[in-house]
Amino acid sequence: MTTGDIAKGTGRGTDKGTGKGLRDARERWVRTGGVELCVAELGDPERPTVLLVHGYPDSKEVWSEVAERLADDFHVVLYDVRGHGRSTAPRPLRGGFTLEKLTDDFLAVVDAVSPDGPVHVVGHDWGSVQSWEFVTVKRTEGRIASFTSMSGPSLDHFGHWIKKRMTRPTPRQVGQLLGQGAKSWYVYMLHTPVLPELAWRGPLGKQWPKILQRMEKVPAGDYPTASLPQDAAHGAWLYRDNVRARLRRPRADAYAHAPVQLITPSGDIFLSERLYDELELWAPQLVRRTLPAKHWVPRTRPDRLAAWIGEFVTANEDGLPSQASSATGKHADRFGGQLVLVTGAGSGIGRATAFAFAEAGARVVAVDRDAESAARTAEMSRLIGAPDAWGETVDVSDEQAMEKLAARVAAEYGVVDVLVNNAGIGLAGSFLDTTGDDWKKVLDVNLWGVIHGCRLFGKQMAERGQGGHIVNTASAAAYQPSKALPAYSTSKAAVLMLSECLRAELADQGIGVSAICPGIVNTNITSTSRFVGVGAEEEKRRQKRSARLYGLRNYPPEKVADAILHAVVKNQAVVPVTPEARGARFMSRFSPKALRAIARLEPPL
Amino acid sequence: MTSAVAGELSAELRGFREVQTLAYACAEAVAAQLRPGVTEREAARMQREWLRERGVRDWFHLPFAWFGDRTAFVNFRVPLQFFPTNRRLEPGMPFILDMAPVYRGFTADIGYSGCLGLNPVHDKLLADLEAHRELILREVRERRPLREIYESVDRLMVRQGYANRHRAYPFGVIAHKVDRVKERRLTPHLFGFGTQSLKGLASDALHGHRDGWSPLWSPYKFSDHPPRKGLWAVEPHLGFRGTGAKFEEILVVTDSKDPEQSAFWLDDDLPHVRRWAEERAAA
Repeated sequence: MTTGDIAKGTGRGTDKGTGKGLRDARERWVRTGGVELCVAELGDPERPTVLLVHGYPDSKEVWSEVAERLADDFHVVLYDVRGHGRSTAPRPLRGGFTLEKLTDDFLAVVDAVSPDGPVHVVGHDWGSVQSWEFVTVKRTEGRIASFTSMSGPSLDHFGHWIKKRMTRPTPRQVGQLLGQGAKSWYVYMLHTPVLPELAWRGPLGKQWPKILQRMEKVPAGDYPTASLPQDAAHGAWLYRDNVRARLRRPRADAYAHAPVQLITPSGDIFLSERLYDELELWAPQLVRRTLPAKHWVPRTRPDRLAAWIGEFVTANEDGLPSQASSATGKHADRFGGQLVLVTGAGSGIGRATAFAFAEAGARVVAVDRDAESAARTAEMSRLIGAPDAWGETVDVSDEQAMEKLAARVAAEYGVVDVLVNNAGIGLAGSFLDTTGDDWKKVLDVNLWGVIHGCRLFGKQMAERGQGGHIVNTASAAAYQPSKALPAYSTSKAAVLMLSECLRAELADQGIGVSAICPGIVNTNITSTSRFVGVGAEEEKRRQKRSARLYGLRNYPPEKVADAILHAVVKNQAVVPVTPEARGARFMSRFSPKALRAIARLEPPL
Repeated sequence: MTSAVAGELSAELRGFREVQTLAYACAEAVAAQLRPGVTEREAARMQREWLRERGVRDWFHLPFAWFGDRTAFVNFRVPLQFFPTNRRLEPGMPFILDMAPVYRGFTADIGYSGCLGLNPVHDKLLADLEAHRELILREVRERRPLREIYESVDRLMVRQGYANRHRAYPFGVIAHKVDRVKERRLTPHLFGFGTQSLKGLASDALHGHRDGWSPLWSPYKFSDHPPRKGLWAVEPHLGFRGTGAKFEEILVVTDSKDPEQSAFWLDDDLPHVRRWAEERAAA
């Protein structure tokens, strides 16, 4: 199985995943240490076993979306942690939730579901905290093949993290301490006796689904389950039995004995990204992933998680280094395995952008109206780190062709995670010389191309409901008027405004929109630009002359590509790239009059 | 393609070919000895010593060696960055050896691209260089202005998805003239360049300036003339995201009316040409 196979599965809509997967599961009970654990299994038991451990205040159903997606390729096992869901609670509760006892449970489940081979553990929140214990203690050695951790640090590592910052209180380290201290407010609350239980069994338990929908954008469905108040009340003992003891005396030998994949949601309101700063010291074989999402990623980003888990499991199953982790480019943690579509990818900024994403380990769809150069971009992308890349020939101004492309991409490669609407053409010459036909051509490609792209692929992203990002290549000409480029500037100004409006509209769905305004960049747009109002000879001369001027400026498209990746990572709204683009942007805001004076100058052509 | 010509090489051309062959033999010998951990300085010294042992006393320029992303001239700003550094070779790293020995009064200037182990990107670059060798020869035979040929090469590189790295060379040259060098007992060099050769280049530049041509083949106006008779060391250099590859060899330009004879590569039995032939045979 290849990473592509897994990722392909991510093209499914969310309608399938309303817990049906778990209802189809084979259930069994595992008796251990005075409790009975409810264990569910999906998929072929002959396949590698993936064990999903849930967090607080959840039950195994939190994984239903992810489990369903993994079940095609793996033997997926879930269990309710003691005291949660349908598992029984220890008596008395106090002292019944120590990490040692949770490790006993884990080993009992592993022995039952995978007696012959090690399992791949995946933990979220407290499930991850527990799993860190599993993967760092001696008695589980050989039983764990890999560990994927999300939103749950090891308490021992956390203890060392705090100690280090207390003993060397530089301003930055104190800031980190206070920041995480503030995010951990709920941990102190949970240490008060009785009150949390009352709250969960009362109003909080009732309100919780609504809170999740509002704060975390968790889609409504089969989660949370009816056992929530009970789970949350029991789960408070996870904190009380472990947190203080471990943070005060963290183990000094908490080294992971299996490869670890760390998935960090960048918008997690409970855990700071800084917590994992020196994790390499504890987990020698570490792969980092970053996801622009909030805390409950198993609910909000099941496709991405399933793809990354599948990839990591497969890589560690064969004993071969993971394809995705071999990507060495910038932001590989963020774009590894994602699907990126770039229009105008046959040359210039589009091609450089496709290459930058390829280096970050993304799967690339290179779209251009020139088939040969699109194929070339795809071929070179594969050479530098893209697990897969395809060249597609489409004229972005052709609505029907774009519709076909969108349908084909969704069916064959999946829903696009990052869309870069970059294709564009140049047109220079005065307004009065520009014919209706010239206007139409420029607007068709530069504006309608972007509209088609945003409409078709943006819709797919929104329907999937798992976030994404759209990048539109505008231009510094979008806010810098000029008597030489009326049509081009108009089209680009429209793209800029379109991007800003769309950004507002899609913000609630976790889809970012960025407009890039490169400025004068050394690409071949100049030598293919039309110059209206002059003869063919003069047009050729001006094309050559402007190409030469742009060449002398020599700002490389690779730098624009870097800015595009950065804009996606930081979700920036408008990004002027070259110094002159930034200068013009500044002037357009603070001294538009001067900019208007510049607009009247004759360009040196 | 030029075997007909090769048969009847003049004594002078034979001298140039001999030193070019010697230089490529040196490159292959040194490349075979490169191991992980060897520095650029050591590789440059290996070339120097190998050629000295075989009678080379003077240089057009001293041997260079570039490893890793330095093969693509990443962040090269000033010419001093051309000189070998203490960068160490690692498995999978591309490297370029570039040397210009003078032997019995004849000069060669060669570039040899290699790779320590497997590197598919490097393989691709090397394979794509073939089109440039053909393009340059074709357009020189058509007697197109050097500046235009330069632009054609540049366009082909852009189409292939590469960055033009000879842009980083002094004056952005893709080629320069080479000539015979007087043999002297003392062979001082200046910034890595042999003074005798520099003298030759300077006098060419001086004469050329009067007649409207230049011994440097660049994207600038002074190269806006048809190919000038003589020997040109041509070095198209591709760069792609931290990997670079080039070849450098001598192109002979004559004033013959026969297009085949008007320009030809001095030698077709060179490592990169053999490699392309083998690849074609395997395919």
